Amino acid sequence: MAMVEVAFTPLPAHVRTARLVAVAVARRSGVADSLLDEVRLAVGEACSRAVEAHRQYCPAEPVKIALTDSGGRFEVVVTDAARGEAAALNGATDAGDAAHAVAVAAGGAAAGSSAAGAGQPLSDARGGLQDGSGLAVIAELADDVRISRTADGISVCMSWPSSVCEQ
Amino acid sequence: MDLKLDDHEKDGIRVVDVEGEIDVYTAPRLRELLIELVNKGDYQLVVNMEKVEFLDSTGLGVLVGGLKRVRAHDGSLDLVCRQERILKIFRITGLTKVFGIHDTVEEAIKARKSEK
Repeated sequence: MAMVEVAFTPLPAHVRTARLVAVAVARRSGVADSLLDEVRLAVGEACSRAVEAHRQYCPAEPVKIALTDSGGRFEVVVTDAARGEAAALNGATDAGDAAHAVAVAAGGAAAGSSAAGAGQPLSDARGGLQDGSGLAVIAELADDVRISRTADGISVCMSWPSSVCEQ
Repeated sequence: MDLKLDDHEKDGIRVVDVEGEIDVYTAPRLRELLIELVNKGDYQLVVNMEKVEFLDSTGLGVLVGGLKRVRAHDGSLDLVCRQERILKIFRITGLTKVFGIHDTVEEAIKARKSEK
């Protein structure tokens, strides 16, 4: 099993670095070129969510990413240490809930009320998409997604098929 | 690549040219520009994303926020994008039904003018 681990200060600027590392390791692991954009976006979303949680609850703690290639799978685990965020999610930590966020977003759009319509919480006060949208995007992009609560926060585990033999 | 922003007027519509990556780090700059334009009275906007290399949900949120702001003034915010990897995130989130997405700036302006 090959592994790369990264820990970074929870600053938005470092999310791009995390994306670049993830794509580089994915390519090295033999993830198909056609999936690299999905890896880039999914890892970016997971890291953005973790960074926001850390900035709110534990800005001194690093966000951690583990990238492994084993058994024909390339796996990325983004782990935060934001206990407050984990408590705030209050059980909404699976891809099903995340997918619901997308359904709400898509439903609001399909209803013709549009994002600008009243009563459709598609965007939050800061202009971002509603909570859970990032996880919903991950759920759509990764081949397999597991979101779980850890002792310290939330862990987002995503994986894609890979094909390179270890050297 | 960082984010490059520029804007100009074309046929009475404010065109915002975006180049680079729109993510949690750079999206606030786009948000500030859209707010600034609306505050100056530009309510008909076209955001040209042909040179955008990356867009995440934070960037989508900024575009939705911009749409809300111009709609509050009976305005519009259309997008120009032909890149499949960017369009994909609009489809995932259902936002293809919210935004008018066009192949070229000229088409976006023409579509907007024909709706008036």
